[in-house]
Amino acid sequence: MIVNRSQLPEARRGRPFVFPVIEKSRLPNGLHVWTVRHAAVPVVTSILLVRRGSASDPPGKEGLAAITLDMLDEGSGGRSAIEMHEALARLGAQFDNDIGSDGSALSVTTLSRFAGQGLAIVAAMAARPSLADADFARVRQLRLHRLTQLRDIPGAVADRAFVRLLYGDHPYGHTPMGSEPSLAGMTVDDVRAFHANEMTPSIATLITVGDCEHEEIRRLAGDAFGGWHGAAQDLAACDETPAAAARLHVVPRPGAPQSELRIGQVSAARHTEDYHALVAANMVLGGQFVSRINLNLREDKGLTYGARTAFDFRRMRGPFSLQVSVQTAGTARAIAESLDEIAAIRGPRPITEAELALGVAALTRGYARSFETPEQIARAAMQIALYDLPDDYFAQYVPRVEAVTAAEATAAAARHLDPSRLVTLVVGDLDAIGPDLERLGLGQPIVLSATTF
Amino acid sequence: MNIGFTKRTLANGLDVLLHEDHTCPIVAVNLWYHVGSKNERPGHTGFAHLFEHLMFEGSQHYDRGYFHPLQGAGASLNGSTNADRTNYWEVVPSGALELALWMESDRMGFLLPALTEAKFNNQRDVVLNERRQNYENRPYGLASMAMLAALFAPDHPYHWTTIGEIADLEAVRLDEVHAFFQRYYHPANASIALAGDIDPDAALALVSAYFEEIPAGPRVEPVRVAAALDGEQRLWLDDRVELPRLYISWLTPAMFATEDAELDLIADLLANGKTSRLYRRLVFDERIATDVSASQNSREIGGFLQLAATAAPGHALAELERVMLDEIARLTAEGPTSQEIDRGRVQAESQFMFRLQTVGGFGGKSDQLNAYNVFMGDPAYFDRDLARYNGATAASVRQAAETYLQPSRRVTLSVVPRGRIELAIPDSISAKVS
Repeated sequence: MIVNRSQLPEARRGRPFVFPVIEKSRLPNGLHVWTVRHAAVPVVTSILLVRRGSASDPPGKEGLAAITLDMLDEGSGGRSAIEMHEALARLGAQFDNDIGSDGSALSVTTLSRFAGQGLAIVAAMAARPSLADADFARVRQLRLHRLTQLRDIPGAVADRAFVRLLYGDHPYGHTPMGSEPSLAGMTVDDVRAFHANEMTPSIATLITVGDCEHEEIRRLAGDAFGGWHGAAQDLAACDETPAAAARLHVVPRPGAPQSELRIGQVSAARHTEDYHALVAANMVLGGQFVSRINLNLREDKGLTYGARTAFDFRRMRGPFSLQVSVQTAGTARAIAESLDEIAAIRGPRPITEAELALGVAALTRGYARSFETPEQIARAAMQIALYDLPDDYFAQYVPRVEAVTAAEATAAAARHLDPSRLVTLVVGDLDAIGPDLERLGLGQPIVLSATTF
Repeated sequence: MNIGFTKRTLANGLDVLLHEDHTCPIVAVNLWYHVGSKNERPGHTGFAHLFEHLMFEGSQHYDRGYFHPLQGAGASLNGSTNADRTNYWEVVPSGALELALWMESDRMGFLLPALTEAKFNNQRDVVLNERRQNYENRPYGLASMAMLAALFAPDHPYHWTTIGEIADLEAVRLDEVHAFFQRYYHPANASIALAGDIDPDAALALVSAYFEEIPAGPRVEPVRVAAALDGEQRLWLDDRVELPRLYISWLTPAMFATEDAELDLIADLLANGKTSRLYRRLVFDERIATDVSASQNSREIGGFLQLAATAAPGHALAELERVMLDEIARLTAEGPTSQEIDRGRVQAESQFMFRLQTVGGFGGKSDQLNAYNVFMGDPAYFDRDLARYNGATAASVRQAAETYLQPSRRVTLSVVPRGRIELAIPDSISAKVS
């Protein structure tokens, strides 16, 4: 074979990837049971999704959904928290919980031979948690300490302040952790009530992926989740537009060598018809290494280790945001460049055919690698369950992204990004950057304190 | 349990490892250069990592950013640098394997003609920002630098971190960078693994075609420096943090050396999960710490076992230290329980299997094959690696604790809020960070 270095070899189109079939059934208590066969390695992942997250925190009790989820592994039946974790450790299990605004999940990954036992432990946590007062006091204390520590982390400070600026009192206006005052006012009875009323089988889906049979998992789930009952009320629609915040905010971090930036606005919901066009547009704007904003701030100007933008699609309208950490002296310049890039992609410098083709190819050609492990497949199926997506969602994804045109992507960006509503937040050395920020034309920066949110 | 593979070594010394797995229509390409910050010299640190950046900026026959064509072909790609090795990887749709090999071979054989002063200056600025983001502006971010500097003497190559020292990065000249590349980035100092949707014969033919024209460079002599401490050291560092944190590290054996696995098991039974000894005492029962972690950081020519715990408000680091050392003493005296040994075995088996779930990326089968090949000279080391954990006994674990977790091998580092030096463990001296 002769190597030709005068040009890059063409990539051949590989064989298409087919998303595995999800087998579905439902238990008498309402719990959906989904399984996917994936027998490449003897590993099984089970995820229990409950379609309630931090957006269901009652006003004044921000953080309740998250602490409730965190309390589930603190004992069940006759088993203490330690005994529960001892049982998981004896299986060599990898156990996790995670929460977003719209959902909460428990997940367990084990060798196939322990799949039933792993599932039974997750079921005991979800259906019959002890929710004891003493455990609650300890868990809450740890979360309060964690909030103290988060004040040291610029990215965490920025995330907490930014959702507040964008959403105010809207259900999306706080991070799942909540705040010191809301946690301090919480009791174990709040947790018990949230578990009983919101974390119910009627809105839950068990997703098991691996070397397993549907009927077997359904039978195991029937036994393990049998005593779990209840039906949460439907979620209220709450899509009023939050009050517009001022344009520029600063949380001072004296002496910081970098400024942590967030630039964004409330944008599109998961069910927007522009979903695929926005995903493609974001690739061009800031969704990959070769995006406009990363190439500008990192590869052209060397101001940062990396910049990223994302539309966070949720049940209600989610945030669009740019995240970047830039050297202190380059703060104002990075903000100006970023705002220019966001404004430009809406029309002044529309998405070109070549840019779109690159973004679409990056999204579609490598699609198969998102479905390699049982956990990846289970998390993908979880998106279907969380947002009521059609069963053929993954099969349709590639053709639908490929159908987006450059004009459509530009138009979608124009519809869902509004430069006049973009809010900029800086966590950085105010003394060093203040005069530069004032010259940005975004008005006098509003100074926030890290302890107020 | 094993990863089936074939291994061929090209005439120029490049090791080629091939593993077939047709589950997904993708291939992982994983290229290791046996060079890390351990191969740098004092005053010239940060080179290996800086190279990881420069390798994405173009080569003689494709003198533009490497991300564009590869992402356009559906690849995911990245690289990483540690003290002992640098790796570069792509996970590509099967049809883009040749593209990945074209590009990997071009930057191995033809990087320097395309390496200009402008690219170099830009990526040095990016690296300085990476350093600010991950070390200087991150709470406790400088602790790892202070700890390595104390555990390993200035002439030991683990004395500095891979990101490099600021003064060195600012002083580095382009000709030094060229010399570093010529010495370490060539076929005889590299190993390439392909895992996934391949035909091994066809894949080997492709690798041979693209890489065999690249000449072998100079032989790289192994770095051998012993580490030793001059008795126990106690240090403090102040940082922009609210809660003080205590780090205790002991010098321990190298990766795959005798008792390395035992120390790994010790780290797990001390602080992995809520059932671990230190979590139970510090966080669950006595509630004097907010978190605790432990790891056996085994590297090619030495290691260190490190404990870290953050004080709960109102509690002193000395209270944490007392409990941590108390648990070390108890382990040294009594050894682990049979339950802990059983648990350690099944956890090892599970973790080993979990690592085989992907063909590549950070971790995965291609990276595992390269790790065994580069460090042990044998990609089939998987079973023997696992056997180290299955072979550990209560007696061997206790013995490892006794041998290595001694005061004379120990550095204690208190990280305290700015200006609150009185919160450090008594008799500590100021740590060195550069």
